[in-house]
Amino acid sequence: MSDSASTNSPLAYRIVIGLEVHVQLKTETKLFCRCSTRFGQSPNTQVCPVCLGLPGSLPVLNRHAIELAARAGEALHCELAPFTKWDRKNYFYPDLPKGYQTSQFDLPICVGGYLDIPIRVPSDNAADAATLSENMVKRIRLVRAHLEEDAGKSMHDERAGRADTRIDLNRAGTPLLEIVSEPDLSSAEEAKDYLTEMRLIMVYLGISDGNMQEGSLRADANVNLHIERDGKTIPTPIVEVKNLNSFRAVERAIDYEVERQYREFLRTGLAMGQSPKQTRGWDDVLGQTDLQREKEEAADYRYFPCPDLVPVQLTEQQREAAKHESQFTPDRYRNVLLHTHALKETDAEILIQQGRDVVEYFLEMVRSGATPKRASAWMLQDVLRHLNDQRVPIDRYPIAAPKLAELLVAIEQGKLDTSQAKQALAKILDAPSIGVAAAIDSLGIVRVDVSEMEALCKELLAENPDVIDKVKAGNTKAVAALVGQAKKKNRNADPRVLQEICLKMIASM
Amino acid sequence: MHKGLSRAATFPYSLSMFDTRLSLRTLRESIANRSVSCREIAEFFLARIEKHNAAINAIVAIDPEIAIESAKAIDRRLAQGESLPALAGLPISVKDILCTRQGTTTCGSKMLAKYQSPFDAHLVSRLYESGAVLMGKTNLDEFAMGGSTENSIFGPSRNPWDVARTCGGSSGGSAAAVAAGLSPASIGTDTGGSIRQPAAFCGVCGIKPTYGRVSRYGLIAYGSSLDVAGAFAHTVEDLALVLASIAGHDPRDSTSLPDPVPNYAEAIHQTPKNLRIGVVREHLEDEGLDSELRDALTATIETYKRLGASIVDVSLPHSKYCIPTYYIIAPCEASSNLSRYDGAHYGFRAEPAPNTTGTSPLESMYENTRSQGFGAEVRRRILLGTYALSAGYYDAYYLKALKVRRLIRKDYDAAFEKVDVLLGPTTPRPAFKLGEKINDPVQLYLEDLFTVGANLAGIPALSMPIGHTRAGLPLGMQLQAPPLRESTLLAAGHWYQQQTSYIPSIPPAFAAS
Repeated sequence: MSDSASTNSPLAYRIVIGLEVHVQLKTETKLFCRCSTRFGQSPNTQVCPVCLGLPGSLPVLNRHAIELAARAGEALHCELAPFTKWDRKNYFYPDLPKGYQTSQFDLPICVGGYLDIPIRVPSDNAADAATLSENMVKRIRLVRAHLEEDAGKSMHDERAGRADTRIDLNRAGTPLLEIVSEPDLSSAEEAKDYLTEMRLIMVYLGISDGNMQEGSLRADANVNLHIERDGKTIPTPIVEVKNLNSFRAVERAIDYEVERQYREFLRTGLAMGQSPKQTRGWDDVLGQTDLQREKEEAADYRYFPCPDLVPVQLTEQQREAAKHESQFTPDRYRNVLLHTHALKETDAEILIQQGRDVVEYFLEMVRSGATPKRASAWMLQDVLRHLNDQRVPIDRYPIAAPKLAELLVAIEQGKLDTSQAKQALAKILDAPSIGVAAAIDSLGIVRVDVSEMEALCKELLAENPDVIDKVKAGNTKAVAALVGQAKKKNRNADPRVLQEICLKMIASM
Repeated sequence: MHKGLSRAATFPYSLSMFDTRLSLRTLRESIANRSVSCREIAEFFLARIEKHNAAINAIVAIDPEIAIESAKAIDRRLAQGESLPALAGLPISVKDILCTRQGTTTCGSKMLAKYQSPFDAHLVSRLYESGAVLMGKTNLDEFAMGGSTENSIFGPSRNPWDVARTCGGSSGGSAAAVAAGLSPASIGTDTGGSIRQPAAFCGVCGIKPTYGRVSRYGLIAYGSSLDVAGAFAHTVEDLALVLASIAGHDPRDSTSLPDPVPNYAEAIHQTPKNLRIGVVREHLEDEGLDSELRDALTATIETYKRLGASIVDVSLPHSKYCIPTYYIIAPCEASSNLSRYDGAHYGFRAEPAPNTTGTSPLESMYENTRSQGFGAEVRRRILLGTYALSAGYYDAYYLKALKVRRLIRKDYDAAFEKVDVLLGPTTPRPAFKLGEKINDPVQLYLEDLFTVGANLAGIPALSMPIGHTRAGLPLGMQLQAPPLRESTLLAAGHWYQQQTSYIPSIPPAFAAS
């Protein structure tokens, strides 16, 4: 009877997602040797006996990786382990040259913690493990974060009917921080938000370059459904979806998997425990997940402490440094933009998403005297467009923040209007060595003296009695109507000064 | 004819029994006073290897030309008035588990039969820096797993005192080479007794230093938390000379100890005052102990007593767990350390089975490579270790073994509060016959009874000769000391050799030069 019911009307379900995010740390060299971590070099050119796993070679820890992991741990509100060690995860694969991955098993460097994401849908389910905070964010709890070395890359070469696999070990030994969340995410969008914010934190804090095309941030998702049927909640078997290398892939794969699991449940009725845990790979081209293995075949990794490495204890100094470095999170900057500088939330978020350097540029403009509102408008309209068009980061924007601020202050002071300032900006971009004053001068703007302006205003008011009436009736903005006419009479008339004088004259009438 | 070879015939030494001039110390003196050149020494030992190695199969690879060239290079440096580095011109052979850029580094395994290391082991570099002339790689049990040097693709090495008997293992080739006068000194490695047991069987001195005292960089791993490299020589004094050159911190080995290296050569001449020697009664009274060996040990203890040492009975209550503990920890580590030999990257690779059902061609290649590339003993230990580390067994085996290991270390700590060194047998019996235990692994494992404790505790230990059986087989004793007290160990050993006017002997069959 329940079968017929389930096929006739859709069943209610809740989506349960936990993410494992692999963050490639921004170290110059690998985790256990001094080979470069640079991306995109010729295969097997950034290797040495250690990362090739040659007989007799031994690992030596890159302390910087520990510092970056500690910084991440602080930013994610984790407990930093006083004592952490290295374990070997044993399995055979051609891109794993030692036959084991050096990782952290039972004593990870970071334990617990959380990451807040914006609330998408108000939670209507009291049983939801995630909690709501007053700031309208959803708190995603973390299980742990541990350090490990990356494997190499297998490249399948099927030219001319060959089925060769070639191995590139440039990436082998690159430091990764694997951050494991609790299953607190309940939609593909939330998963995307979580990943976006995670990436942003890592980039802001200099922990990772966050470059997803280059694999600096990769995610695996554990997904299942809690389906309501006959008054009972039935969890479906958990599926681990691997190979999620873009935000879009995360969203699409989870949407696909939700749909697939729902259909699978309708077809088989199998709940968690009644069918093995699957690992599925996301195929971005076909837009589907494919079965990779079922848990019965899953390896026993035979973890044990790596006898070649000594346990790590963070020094007080390292802890302090991690705490200090971890302050500069996107959220902290968000607060500054929204609350100190009163930017609109959408504007603030655009700046935030551009990265810390862009936000710092904005803040420097404000410190140099630009009003936050005008600085943000110019950032959004001019600076970011230029960066986009030229595909350059902010540190290669030709105009330093104080100089751009100087131009905006000149507008503020009535030295020129916005459209003139844009012309001045264009001139400076063409020849970045010229100063703001010189750029303004080159526009041929002539200051109109006060008596000339007063004569002009008298003339305009005489011609427009309706404006006087409107202003007297309380609509001071009506004077703006005079600007166009004034420009025709004297193109150098400063609109702001003009309006000021007119208002004064009307008031004394 | 090679000019050097004509001079070799005129080398002024002939060997009868043992010629003390074969010791590193006397060779060094001869070089210093210019009575012999480094090249002549190299040629002398090359000629001996040529003549005698076939009988014992101790040295498995050698490049005479390179050896002579490097000896000549030292001669040139000396001629230019350079001061004599510690091992200048002294020939030293090296166990074939230590990476050398020169020649192959095989570990005695089919898996690495043609493997050439792109780097020198740390200690090999140190030997070069000390002016040593590397002369040959020595035979071993495959990947240092064994106690008889029978598990080798090169075939067994033989004991120079009785070629029907084992030279011990796994560093058997090194011990045999020194015993037969083919190398005045040799480098071995010791994971559970692999230096001390063959030293005892072959009647030479061998030292296993404190874990971490000699860098493991370039020592191909068997049991990483136990492995340490050490030396063989005819006298304790010579051991001190070699150890001083290879010991010291190496940033490439995270487990290498930063402590400064004492001047061992000076330290050994400081006669130990009020030396307190601990004797483990359980060991001396072990019913498996050979009676001639027990007599020799008793006599040695009496000698020490006569010299003024005090003899104290001590107990190592957990020593009966040493063997099982060792045979969990070492195979566990080995099973992981040897995972890299999978045929995918270097070394031996077998073809996958033509028709594989249920396994991929890759898995089939792995299976065939590892089944065919490793010998029986290596496979046995990999299986043991893999089993012990498996889910559900880890706590009962590996974790438990680690706990017992700590208790064993505590036993030693307690003993060393009362004594300076421990004295006892190195092995239960003198050298056994080749083939006698090869099919009985447990019997062979029990040979390690007295040696594995030092590895589990990480402490230094040495084995030195204390006589021969009536049948002419060497007998050895073991001295053990607290961590980093190699000086004490060497001084105690040297003192004994001085006071007893010890003159090492070369087996008669190998005396002719």
